[in-house]
Amino acid sequence: MANDVLTYDDEVILEEQGFDDHFHEHEHGDHFKSNFVNHYVFSMDHKIIARQFLITGMVWALIGAGMSIIFRLQLGFPEESLTWIKPLLGKWIAVDATTGIGTLMPEFYYALVTMHGTIIVFFVLTAGLSGTFSNLLIPLQLGARDMASPFLNMLSYWFFFLASVIMFYSLFLSTGPFSGGWTAYPPLSALPQASTGSGTGMTLWLMSLTFFVVSVLLGGINYITTVLNLRTKGMSLWRMPLTIWAFFVTAILGLLSFPVLVSGFFMLICDRMLGTSFFLSEIFIEGAALPNVGGSPILYQHLFWFLGHPEVYIIILPAMGIVSEVLSVHARKPIFGYKAMVFSILAIGFLSFIVWAHHMFMSGVNPFISNFFVVFTLIIAVPSAVKVFNWITTLYKGNIRLNTPMLFAIGFVSMFISGGLTGIFLGNSAIDIQMHDTYFVVAHFHIVMGVAAFFGMFAGIYHWFPKMYARFMNETLGKIHFWITMIGAYAVFWPMHYLGIAGVPRRYYSFNTFNSFDDFTALNQFITIAAIVVFAAQVLFVINFFYSIWKGKKMTTKNPWKATTLEWTTPIHTGHGNWEGNLPVVHRWAYDYGKDGIDYVPQHIPLTEEEKAQEGSH
Amino acid sequence: MEISIKNRINPQLFGLWTALASITMMFGALTSAYIVRQAAGNWLEFRMPDLFIVSTVVILLSSVTLQVAYNGYKNQKEGLYKGGLVLSFILGLAFLILQYNAWMMLFNMGVDMKINPSGSFLYVITGVHAGHILGGITALIVALLHAFTLPFEYSDKRKNRFQLVLHYWHFVDLLWVYLFVFLLMTR
Repeated sequence: MANDVLTYDDEVILEEQGFDDHFHEHEHGDHFKSNFVNHYVFSMDHKIIARQFLITGMVWALIGAGMSIIFRLQLGFPEESLTWIKPLLGKWIAVDATTGIGTLMPEFYYALVTMHGTIIVFFVLTAGLSGTFSNLLIPLQLGARDMASPFLNMLSYWFFFLASVIMFYSLFLSTGPFSGGWTAYPPLSALPQASTGSGTGMTLWLMSLTFFVVSVLLGGINYITTVLNLRTKGMSLWRMPLTIWAFFVTAILGLLSFPVLVSGFFMLICDRMLGTSFFLSEIFIEGAALPNVGGSPILYQHLFWFLGHPEVYIIILPAMGIVSEVLSVHARKPIFGYKAMVFSILAIGFLSFIVWAHHMFMSGVNPFISNFFVVFTLIIAVPSAVKVFNWITTLYKGNIRLNTPMLFAIGFVSMFISGGLTGIFLGNSAIDIQMHDTYFVVAHFHIVMGVAAFFGMFAGIYHWFPKMYARFMNETLGKIHFWITMIGAYAVFWPMHYLGIAGVPRRYYSFNTFNSFDDFTALNQFITIAAIVVFAAQVLFVINFFYSIWKGKKMTTKNPWKATTLEWTTPIHTGHGNWEGNLPVVHRWAYDYGKDGIDYVPQHIPLTEEEKAQEGSH
Repeated sequence: MEISIKNRINPQLFGLWTALASITMMFGALTSAYIVRQAAGNWLEFRMPDLFIVSTVVILLSSVTLQVAYNGYKNQKEGLYKGGLVLSFILGLAFLILQYNAWMMLFNMGVDMKINPSGSFLYVITGVHAGHILGGITALIVALLHAFTLPFEYSDKRKNRFQLVLHYWHFVDLLWVYLFVFLLMTR
């Protein structure tokens, strides 16, 4: 089946069937005449902005992952000398004058863990993932010239850049960056005297994250408005690719949850600077009582996790959308259960707002209220399982091309299953109370939203790289990257489940003083070595990425993957405005693969007479 | 940029509404936090300054005058347009001055920022709201510049731009009414 190939000529279809929006009639009024600065730097072209988000995200990913290597060295090899890393970390490596052995300062260990979380969650997997692909794909797949407001879109990137600069600067403070955990719980975050990083480090952290939220909101407003208002003719909501559905719901989640975090930040800033007591009560520092009375640190946790939980879906939904698209294209089969996929995205989006307290079972939340959150948390397993089954069914009997994007998409499904199952353990408050402060939780969230989201991102980068740079990434390097990452990531995080079940607590600098954890020394060394190997594979990916931008195999046809979606109807070197002449008009959904024995039928191909008859008979 | 397809609603206005949804969430969070914190006890009771009633009246009036200005522009009545706009601007400034005086009254009553979360919440909620009014006043200044520097003529583009200011201003006005009623009811 599906061996026939439909032949069509894009130029002719766009000329005859396309929709003329008079885009090129205003020759003098062309907004898109550009020089170097406003083409590559202050660009308003959504495709350039997408690349800016991607490359900034990659820089952050290297920094964030590099930090994890340093603290993994401490955890795996606490006795070894780290003097060799002193040129990079300076005074944060304390060198013993007599033995010459360098040790990582505990304060900086916590700063590294905090920054690792903040950077990966916000700067890489929110800005780098949803910022890149929402920007790239929303206008291209919907048949729009650009975003609803290209200017706000540009601002969105530059606010992110500003947030990045501030956070980066905070890494070099003499007192170190913030070190109280990426969740920034008070009192560590509220009292400048609480720890070295709680002073200037925390102030910069708050500034940076506030600018970051502005960036997310500006982006989100644009994505939502574009999806609802700028779709080309014929692109009804039910014809949108699943990528767009995922980005759309992601944007709504961000728009509704980030402002709540900002409210928490306002109160935190007041506690820090104006002496209020929103989150502080009866605290003693070095024997002296603080005047603050009547605040509640739990209140901050509620505000934080009201963002924090939707945030994990802000991270995973775009990855899910990308994976759905990549699986369908490279399995040469329509996505299984398109409507079920859309409804499960919507269900996950809705449920994500009413489960936040499952992060707080250990905070002394009323057990009756906990029950409510347990039930809703477990219900999330239903739409998630629907998605997993649909992905697997999409693969079933597919004509699978095992290229790099496909491998990463399949890897995503594997990771999502492994991490999702432990989520069912942790969603139960009774089990969570035992597991919460152990490595079990570290294993769970790293697999399900860290590694899985990275896999979705890699699938997207390998798949849409030709659209971004008109060249392909190197397949061999890509496959090496995949297999090392796939096996290595499991090697890093799978053993952590056992550590967690055995009760090894997370957030500890060293286990030297606990005899009960001596048995795990070798396991910790294994994890550290695996982490270093995986990190090396990511460096390989970055080399492949930049090498391929300039030297990669050139793209010779518009639609190399033989995909149905509209981004592949644009010219190989896509200019600002995306389509040279008319906009494509959409006649069908995004997944006509293998229909009536034809390999694929793009969305802008008109219905045949038979298809029209079929549509009529429904 | 050019819009691909005729839309029933102006995308910029739609974008503004999504932004308003986001602002609503922020104040929703602040007022929810207020309720949660109040339920925990140790809550200082005090009387809200009556001046807030005056400021409520002022901000409601400013919405009316801005609507008059907008209708004036649509019906090409230059006097109503310019007069309404100036009046709205003055009323908006008056609102901020009244808020400031109300804060000073509170402060002189002994309810300062630090004394108890009940006072802190009041300052933060009304303060963040005042920040949003300030944003509205900036938009009004832009609208005033348009009104007094550009020749008076009707165009859809200018109407749409004015509509953005109008909707935002009505929103921060209604937001204040919500906050004021909320603060009164949850004493």
